[in-house]
Amino acid sequence: MTSGLWELVLKGVWVTVQLLVCSALLGAVVSFVVGVARTHRLWIVRFLAGVYTEVFRGTSALVMIFWVYFVLPVAFGWQLVPLWAGTLALGLTYGAYGSEIVRGALNAVDPAQKEGGIALSFTPWQRLRLILLPQAVPEMIPPFSNLLVELLKGTALVSIMGMGDLAFSGNLVRLALQESAEIYTIVLLIYFVIAFVLTRGMRGLERKLKAGTGKPVGGTPDQELDRPQTTGVGGAVA
Amino acid sequence: MPTDTLPNPGTNPEKNPDRSTGELIRLEQVTKQFGSNTVLDHLDFSVDAGKHVTLIGPSGSGKTTILRLLMTLLKPDEGTITVDGQQLFPASDKQVREVRKKIGMVFQQFNLFPNMTVLRNITEAPVTVLGMSKDEAVERAKGLLDMVGLADKCDAHPAQLSGGQQQRVAIARALAMRPQVLLLDEVTSALDPELVAGVLDVLRDIARSTDITMLCVTHEMNFARDISDQVLMFDSGRIIESGSPEKIFSDPELDRTREFLSAVL
Amino acid sequence: MKWDWSAVSGFMPHLWDGLLVTVQILALGSLISFALGLVWALLMRVPSRWVTWPVGVVTEFVRNTPLLVQLFFLFYVLPEWGLTFSALTTGVFAIGLHYSTYTMQVYRAGIEAVPVGQWEAATALNLPLHRTWSAVILPQAVRRVVPALGNYVISMLKDTPMVMAITVLEMLGQARLYSQEHFQFTEPLTVIGVAFIVISYLASLALRALERRLAH
Repeated sequence: MTSGLWELVLKGVWVTVQLLVCSALLGAVVSFVVGVARTHRLWIVRFLAGVYTEVFRGTSALVMIFWVYFVLPVAFGWQLVPLWAGTLALGLTYGAYGSEIVRGALNAVDPAQKEGGIALSFTPWQRLRLILLPQAVPEMIPPFSNLLVELLKGTALVSIMGMGDLAFSGNLVRLALQESAEIYTIVLLIYFVIAFVLTRGMRGLERKLKAGTGKPVGGTPDQELDRPQTTGVGGAVA
Repeated sequence: MPTDTLPNPGTNPEKNPDRSTGELIRLEQVTKQFGSNTVLDHLDFSVDAGKHVTLIGPSGSGKTTILRLLMTLLKPDEGTITVDGQQLFPASDKQVREVRKKIGMVFQQFNLFPNMTVLRNITEAPVTVLGMSKDEAVERAKGLLDMVGLADKCDAHPAQLSGGQQQRVAIARALAMRPQVLLLDEVTSALDPELVAGVLDVLRDIARSTDITMLCVTHEMNFARDISDQVLMFDSGRIIESGSPEKIFSDPELDRTREFLSAVL
Repeated sequence: MKWDWSAVSGFMPHLWDGLLVTVQILALGSLISFALGLVWALLMRVPSRWVTWPVGVVTEFVRNTPLLVQLFFLFYVLPEWGLTFSALTTGVFAIGLHYSTYTMQVYRAGIEAVPVGQWEAATALNLPLHRTWSAVILPQAVRRVVPALGNYVISMLKDTPMVMAITVLEMLGQARLYSQEHFQFTEPLTVIGVAFIVISYLASLALRALERRLAH
């Protein structure tokens, strides 16, 4: 491979990383807003948040991307630059999965903790901010770590729309070299390294968040069996 | 530690002119059902300010339910509950929170917040709910921790403490809100036997040296005898007998009460 | 926003064609992932690092890299090596392989959830190893495993559109083709978006019912 082609690959890596960061941020916001809304005491709020989750989890991320690229501009006149279109489609879709993680972790906090908060006259918002979230967030990290890797893999989908991410630059190099094995192996390895870094980073974060609360890091086999349902592209059963 | 140096949350009635006297809590015709099981059956009773009332009776007789109703952790199916002149159910969220500020509760399972240090468990609510300055809250919290004998545990997390220590922190946390009423829900039931005495000593101190109204559900009959002004005997969601501790423990009127006491004493 | 019902009715025959392909991919991909995942899970229990280490690395690699790039790899590289398959076959195999790295985790958890006492009882009865697995451990593990496997079938459904990138005309491929021929994007893409939501919702209801039956 020539240095020009390597440059192409590196540009692709940069686009993938940008897209990953932006859609992860949007996805995190969606996860927490929708996830918290699903534990709201008003049924209508819970219902609407539930509809959001079912709809965005029900559809395919790639179909969502097509929709944002082709239908939004025609139907609503929103012509988004590719990075934002990708961010929107991925953030909304993966945020729906994330909302399940947030809801599950909030519901897993001992109800007695909520009662402790009531007995001290905290408002619902104070209970959420001071008691529930600080206890729930460390539990969310392992499933969120899995979801982040799923999101990384999902970013490759924008290459189908012609956005110059890592997968797309792989295709360009294949066309230039008329040879596939080497470039796709390199591309896959780069994705693997990024995923590895993300997983390690999240594990460090989990350790940091759990420090002092006396909770173990890592799950039991039983939790392991539940995990697919709350993470990634897995669960559809509420 | 001599009693007169206790940093009491509200010892002197003179210093708390807004502190009520006379009837503080009133339950009228309160009924609570869980499914088809009637836990409280048209219950009436009231508690005067400053009194220490102990609720005894077999488990499932509705004692804990009363505390949880007063703390607004549960809603009654029928009847009215009034605390310091304010009716609960129905009441606005804001009114309910105002009432909650007057009531502290210590739970069987402590319910300390594991994500906070011991000190912050105690200071968080005074700062965020009562708007106390952080410095003042910390100073008072340290005084309270001193009182419960855990001055050196400020920076520990609850998971690092024994059950008895956690429960003493929970008592300090409740007192930090300067409640008029303290609800004690089987506070020693989850403790290893050797840790019970330390917790009860703290509570005896509080009963002796403050004017806080106490409602106490307990199986510790000696403790109940020591601190109570009045003992209520519950059975099947009703108060079947009430009176001074001397009378209830030495000379109860009903066989049912006698049976129960001989089983637990 | 303009909505043209005639575009919807014009697209419907293509939707059915695409749905048929989607279902094929899903059915065959599921079977491959179930079988291959079990193979991985059992290999990971072989008491030799020479087996577990390579299997662990390969499956970890496949799980943590994009299915789309794996599709490209298989579609473009295999012919270079002299192995030529149809695009559909390649797509089915890629999806099956990718998801087998998830199902192996499900099997592993299911196997580990079988109480130790079951192994001890099998040993005490002097059962040979293959009988211990086939008669004692796996039947108990499978019951625990079915709901989680079902969840992966549903996620697989949502990944099937990716095979359009290697020219297979499943639902999304049909929609794109129709859109480009008729310059009408809104209707076909919205129709298949709704189709995915409906199918995966129905599938999750069916799975919940299955879970309830298995619980008895």
